[in-house]
Amino acid sequence: MSAPRLRATPLPGIGVQYDLETREHRHLSVVAHRDGTRTVNVYRSDDPDSCAQSLKLTSSEAGSLIDALKPSHHSPSLLYTTDLGLVAERIEVAATSRWNGRVLGEMRMRTETGASVVAVLRRAEAIPSPTPDFRLAGGDTLIVVGTREGVDAAAAILGRE
Amino acid sequence: MHSAVLLIEFGSIILGLGLLGRFAARFRLSPIPLYLLAGLAFGEGGLLPLGASEEFVATGAEIGVILLLLMLGLEYTASDLVSNLKTHYPSGLVDCALNALPGAAVALLLGWGPVAAVVLAGVTWISSSGVIAKVLGDLGRVGNRETPVILSVLVLEDLAMAVYLPIVTALVAGAGLMAGSVTLAIALGAAGLVLFLALRYGRLISRFVSSDDPEKLLLVVLGLTILVAGVAQQLQVSAAVGAFLVGIALSGEVAEGAHTLLSPLRDLFAAVFFVFFGLHTDPSSIPPVLLPALGLAVVTALTKIATGYWAARRAGISVKGRWRAGGALVARGEFSIVIAGLAVAAGVEPSLGPLATAYVLILVVLGPLTARYTEPVATWWARRREPSRPEPAPAPRAAEAEAPVGD
Repeated sequence: MSAPRLRATPLPGIGVQYDLETREHRHLSVVAHRDGTRTVNVYRSDDPDSCAQSLKLTSSEAGSLIDALKPSHHSPSLLYTTDLGLVAERIEVAATSRWNGRVLGEMRMRTETGASVVAVLRRAEAIPSPTPDFRLAGGDTLIVVGTREGVDAAAAILGRE
Repeated sequence: MHSAVLLIEFGSIILGLGLLGRFAARFRLSPIPLYLLAGLAFGEGGLLPLGASEEFVATGAEIGVILLLLMLGLEYTASDLVSNLKTHYPSGLVDCALNALPGAAVALLLGWGPVAAVVLAGVTWISSSGVIAKVLGDLGRVGNRETPVILSVLVLEDLAMAVYLPIVTALVAGAGLMAGSVTLAIALGAAGLVLFLALRYGRLISRFVSSDDPEKLLLVVLGLTILVAGVAQQLQVSAAVGAFLVGIALSGEVAEGAHTLLSPLRDLFAAVFFVFFGLHTDPSSIPPVLLPALGLAVVTALTKIATGYWAARRAGISVKGRWRAGGALVARGEFSIVIAGLAVAAGVEPSLGPLATAYVLILVVLGPLTARYTEPVATWWARRREPSRPEPAPAPRAAEAEAPVGD
C-alpha cells in the first residue's frame, strides 16, 4: 500500500494546513502555526467542512505525540533521528543481571550488536564514554545508541540473568 | 521637571493599558475598544487632559501605525499575495464593492464631500485580520474548510491597502488630480517593484538583513522599516505603505525572527496609537454620530456576511461553511482606525473621527459574535422556512446546485 498523501494548504498569516484522508474516509488535519504550535483537527461527520474537535498543542506536546504515533515507538527513547535510523535508549542493569559487578568489555556488546554504550548513569552522576574496563553495578542505567535492532539485541544481552 | 511629568504621564498611560488589557482578556474581548475608550476618557473634553506627553504619544502613535503595517507585511510572502490575487480577485472585487460603497454613500449623505467619502469607504471596507485570526483560533475553526477563503479575502484587502493608502494620503493632503496621479503612480510602481524584487531576490534581501543575533536583527529591521517609511512619507506615498512593503520584502527565517522580536513592540505602540486616536476625539462629539454609525455598522455587517458567503460559495464550500465565512469577516478594527487616523490628522471632517470610533467600537465587539452565531441562526432560519415550502428549493438554491464548483 502506498503512503497516504498529505495535502498542504497555505494559510497566510497563520501557517500551513496538512490534510490527511484516512482509509476509513475520515478527514484529519494538522495546522502548523508559525510559532511552532500545532492544532490537530478532527472533522464532524454531519458537516465535513467544520471541526468537531480542535486540539491546540505546544511544540513539545506535539513532539511527544509524534513519538507516540511512530509505529516503532519505544517509550524512553531519548533521541530519534529517522534520517539516520539511530535510536538511543536507557537500559537499566538489574541487580539480578549477570553483568552486575562485571566489566563492560566482557559483554562484547558492540561486537555482538553494533550498539555502543555512550554513557552510564549511576545515582546522580553520568559517566560519559565508559571504557571496556568499567565495572557495572546493579541499578546502573546505560545509554545505548545503535540501530533499532542493535539496541533491542543489546537490551536482550543486558537482561541475561 | 518636564521630564518627570512626562515619565509619570506616559507611565500611567502604559500601566493603565496593561490593566485594561488584562480586564479585556478576562472577558475574552479584543483590547482595541478599551484602548480607544481609554483615549476618549483622557484628552480633549475628557476627564484628564494630558500635557507633557502629548508630543511623545503622537510620535509613538506614528511608530504604532508603521509597526502594525510592517507586521502585516511580515505575515505574508510575496508569493502568497500574488497567488491569492490570481485566484481570488473576484472575491476581492465583490468585497470592495459591497463594503466600501456603503461607507462612501453615508459620507456623501451626511454632506461631507468626496474626500471624506473615500476615507469612510476604506473604514468600512477593511476587516481586522488581527481580530479575525484570534476569533478563528478561539472558536477552533482554524482547520475548517472555509478558513482559507476567509484568509484570502483578508490578504486581498491588505494588498488593496497598499494601493488605497497612497490615494487617501494624497487626497487628504489636498493634492490636485495631477499631484495625486503622480503619487499613485509612485506608490503602484514601488509596490510592483517590491513584489517583483521579493519574488525574484527575496532570499538576497533577507540575507542582507539576516543576523543570528536578535539584538542586531531587531535594530536592522526596525531601522530599515522606519527609514523606508520616512522616505515613503517624504514622497507623499504614506509611511504605512512603506512599512508594509518592507514587511513583504522580508521572508523566510528573517521574517519569522523579526516577527517574534517585534511583536511586543507592535503591541506597545499600537496600543499607544489607539489611545492617541481616542485622545483626539472629543467624547461629546460621539452621540450626534451614534445613529449613522450604528446604521452603517448593521449594513456593513450584513454586506460582509454576503461577501463571505459569496467568496465561500465560489470556492465550493457547503452552505453552513458559507455562513461561517460571512460571519467571521464582520469584525473591523485596527486598520479602519489607521485609515480614519490619516483623515483626522489632516483635519478633513471633524465628525469623521468620532463616527469611525463609534463604528469600530460597535463592530469590534459585534464581530466575534457574528462569527459565532451567523451560521446557527441561518441554519435555524432555513429550517423554519422549509416546512412552509413543500415545493422544491427556491430559484437561487437551484442555481447554486448547478453552479460549477470553484477551485
